[in-house]
Formats: sequence, structure tokens, C-alpha cells
Amino acid sequence: MRRGTVLNLVLLALAILAPAVGYPVFLMKVLCFALFACAFNLLIGYTGLLSFGHAAFLGSAGYAAGHAMKVWGFTPELGLVFGAVVAGLLGFVIGGLAIRRSGIYFSMVTLALSQMVYFFCLQAPFTGGEDGLQGVPRGKLFGVLPLDNDLTLYYVVLAIFILGFWLIHRTIHSPFGQVLKAIRENEARALSLGYDVDRYKLVAFVISAALSGLAGATKTLVLGFETLTDVHWHMSGEVVLMTLVGGLGTVWGPVVGAAVIVTLQNELADKVGAWVTVITGAIFVVCVLAFRRGIVGELAALFKVRKPEPAPVVASDS
Amino acid sequence: MELFGIPLQALLSQVLIGLVNGSFYAMLSLGLAIIFGLLNIINFAHGAFYMIGAYVAYIALESFGLGYWWSLALAPLIVGGFGILIERFLLKWIYKLDHLYGLLLTFGLALILEGVFRSQFGVSGQRVEVPEALQGATNVGFMILPNYRAWVVIASLVVCLATWYVIERTKLGAYLRAGTENPQLVQAFGVNVPLMITLTYGFGVGLAALAGVLASPIYQVNPLMGSNLIIVVFAVVVIGGMGSILGSIVTGLGLGLIEGLTRVFYPEGSSTVVFVIMAIVLLLRPAGLFGKEK
Repeated sequence: MRRGTVLNLVLLALAILAPAVGYPVFLMKVLCFALFACAFNLLIGYTGLLSFGHAAFLGSAGYAAGHAMKVWGFTPELGLVFGAVVAGLLGFVIGGLAIRRSGIYFSMVTLALSQMVYFFCLQAPFTGGEDGLQGVPRGKLFGVLPLDNDLTLYYVVLAIFILGFWLIHRTIHSPFGQVLKAIRENEARALSLGYDVDRYKLVAFVISAALSGLAGATKTLVLGFETLTDVHWHMSGEVVLMTLVGGLGTVWGPVVGAAVIVTLQNELADKVGAWVTVITGAIFVVCVLAFRRGIVGELAALFKVRKPEPAPVVASDS
Repeated sequence: MELFGIPLQALLSQVLIGLVNGSFYAMLSLGLAIIFGLLNIINFAHGAFYMIGAYVAYIALESFGLGYWWSLALAPLIVGGFGILIERFLLKWIYKLDHLYGLLLTFGLALILEGVFRSQFGVSGQRVEVPEALQGATNVGFMILPNYRAWVVIASLVVCLATWYVIERTKLGAYLRAGTENPQLVQAFGVNVPLMITLTYGFGVGLAALAGVLASPIYQVNPLMGSNLIIVVFAVVVIGGMGSILGSIVTGLGLGLIEGLTRVFYPEGSSTVVFVIMAIVLLLRPAGLFGKEK
């Protein structure tokens, strides 16, 4: 435990010093995707549900927050909360439908419903369609602290990330989180022990959706725009990839995975063009075939920091 | 002539387009169901194979001067063979793992295939001409029937029903159904199950490629045509359930038809109507219309 605390403090110090070496906007993007992947990991890693539609939450919250801040003049913190609430409500609807099926069908339902959200965003008047929502102001936090400076905003985003990360950490280590793990390991058994499995799944889904929304809203605040990319199914795949690369069901895996993938895309984007998709696909294939524990999972196994979790098993419906 | 305030010709031509789309849904969801039955993998790359099928038709014509009819025969063989290689070299390693890894692996494959074609051909569409024998339209009294569209619906119905017949009524199909139920037992009876799995994957993929060739003169051939379709087909599969072959065919055609009618009465909803129906079905009959949860 003490070793863990030291590690956390070192990481926090690194995060605080990071803008000295890295470009703040890039770092903020990494933090947003890290939070997104952590929220996603709450479902796949700790509940055993593979959602293939998480882009819907990232994107809808991005649009909602962007619209609220630009058109309605919300202050940034209200905009972010609004985005997270919208994503949470959407998660309640999508999750409520999706948990009626299990296993592979669950993934297909989430994918299909998020595609519906995509079409909605494509046609709705306030999203700007193909052009996207442009010119979202950064405003003043609580009406006093101007966020125009990248460095100021970086520390705000870092605080948001830590808050989200802490919430997920608390969820996982609460009695509620233990029940989620029980559902992951053996759904029928959890049910027979008297747990209302569907309700647990739904609450986990809503938490995950709301935090994904927080990530999406923050991303809009940072970049000042929101586009259809964030609601597209490619994005749903990307968050799966980040979590897979970092390590499913590990605490730090999604953070590492998000950093790796965002860096990779940043580096490759102007060099290889359309081949980025091919490379992303190839990483998927390699990870599934040979690297299922992910970076953090492999490291944990190597150093035996803690007992390595077995490659996560999703509750199978057979 | 008018019906519900819509010119009959317009209504019927949308119905026909709906049936054409429905044929593709039926062929693809049929392939998905067969593959899932035996391999326990949801083949995300199915849309990519459909796209490759369409490109085979385009390339055969542009580079080799081989016409539509050649493509119709060659594309399923080429793409099916490619699918067999993928099954032998990649998929076979993950059968013992959870279903979700199959989805992720084939998702990765879909990205690779899509990306390769995008870097070769760009995102803009290519056109394939309708073969001479099927050009033009026939006046059948109450509407002008474009020959090619009629051909697509009939051809895919024949293919789907033939598949149904083979699976439900022949000895080969009996092996296949038995393999779906209990592969170990079938293997113990001396049937070469791994070979059967490989060929099944090849067949399902070939079916997708065939649908791609049929689609090539109607839609623009572009690298993204498959992934947009496959998500709708997933919804079709959720609605119909993967337990029944005939169910897949009926659900596919039916949803295509409903989508076509939506395009007439409420155009804005045509891209989402299938998903709305999926949501309703999930609420009323969670296991799907023809479903037995596997």
C-alpha cells in the first residue's frame, strides 16, 4: 500500500511538471482520453461488459457542453456538468436497452444505438453537421478565473482528470464495485446470491457514460470545437484499443494506453495519412493474438507488483 | 395513380429499393449467423469483405476487362479464399477465448482492410456499369421496373433460399447444425470439424463478397461502404436473433422494406428506423423475433 502511495505521488509530481516538457494542449488531450478510457474500463474491466458505443457519450457531451457554453453562455464548470449529465441520461437509455441482452449481443446493441446517436448528430440543427460545432469559448471558471492561458487550463483539466479517476477508483473499491466484479466472474452466481444484477449493471453503465461525457465535455472546452469524429464508431473502437493496449481491468492501463495511442496518432497523422487506420487495426490484431494483458498487465506480471489479474473474462451468456 | 397522397410509381420504387437493401441485409446477416453458429465469432470484418467483393467487380472490369458475370463467379471464390486464409492463420488461435476477442480481432481486420483500400482508391466512389443484359426497365403495368434491381432481389433470394435448403435439408447441413450444437461430439464421430469451420467461414465471407458484387452497379463502390452497412446488419441480427436461418432472411428483407417505406413517409428517419425498431424489439421481446439465446 505504501509503495502504491509513493507511486501515486511520483505520478502526480510528473503530471504537475509535465507542461515544462510537453505541449499543454497535447497533454490535455491525453488526459481527456485517459479519463475516457478509464470510464470505459469500469465497464469492460470490472463489470465484464464490452460496450462498442462509448463514442456516443463522449460526443454527445461534447456537443451539449459546447452548445451550452457557446450559445447559452454557461460558465465552463456548468458546461462540463451539463455535458456529463446529458451523457449520463443517454447512458441510462442506451444502457437500459443494452443490458437486456448479454455477451456479444450487448456489444452489438451498444454499437447500433450509438450509430443512431451519430445520425442524430449528423442531422440535428445545433451540431453544425459535417462542419462541426466551432468557436466554443473557454470562458472564466466560476466566472472569475480566465482559462485562455493553456497552462492554467492544463491544471484545471488535470484536476478534472484526478477527480474522475478518484471517482472510478472509489467505485471499484467500494462494496458496489465488489458486486460488479462478482457479476463479471459469474453472473448467474451473483444473481442467485440475491443481487439485482441488472440494476448493478445499469448503474455501472450510467457512471461510465457520465464520466465519458465529462471527458468529452472537457475535450470540447480544451479544443474549442466538437466534430462528428467524436460520435463516430471509429472512436468507440479507439477507446477499446486504448484500454486493450494498456491492459483491461488494470487501474493504470487505460491511462497508459490512452497516452500511447494519442501519441502514436499525433506522430503518425501527417506522415502516413490513411495508413493510420491500417496501423490501428494491426495493433488490434496483435494485441488480441499475443498481448491480451496489455502493457500494464504485462509489467505487473513481470514485476509481480501485485497478483496479476487473469486475462479478463467477460461474462459469457452461454 | 396515388396512394396515401404519394404517387404510386414513387412509392413502389422506394419499396423496390427497400427490398434491394433488404436483400443485402439478408445475405450478410445469414453469413454472420452461420459463422457465429460454428465459430462463436461475430465477424466484424463482414462489411469489409462485402466492400472487397464490390472492388473485385470494379478491378476485374477496369484492369482485366472481365465483365460483371465473371465477377459474380470470381469474387466469392477470391474473397472466400482470402477468408479461409484469415481463418487458418488468425482466427483459429482465439476459439478458446471469450467471444469478445473474436469481435475485437475482426474489428482490427476490418480497419486494416478498409485502410488499405482507402489508401489505394481514396474515399470517393467508383462506379461499375450495369451489365448490358440487365440494363433498362420493364413496364409491368402498375410500375416501371428497373431490370437490374429486380435481378438483385431475385438473385439474392435464390442464394439465400439455396443456403437455407442446404443447411436445413441436406446431410452436409446436418453436420453443420450438429457442429453448431456440439463440435466435440461431431468430431468424435469422425467428421473433420476444423475443416468444416474453415469452409464455413470461407462460405460466409464468399456470401458477403457476392452481395458486394450485386451492390456494385447500384451503389458507389467506396472503401467505407461495408462498415456503414455492417452496423445496420448488426441491428438486423439483434432484431432477428441468430437462431434461425429463415428468420435472418425474413428479418433482413422485412427491415429493408420498412426502411424503404420510411424514406417515402419520413425521409429524416430512414437512416435510424432500423435502430428504433431494434430498441422496440429489445423492450418487448429481448431475445429477438426468432431468437433462442445462445
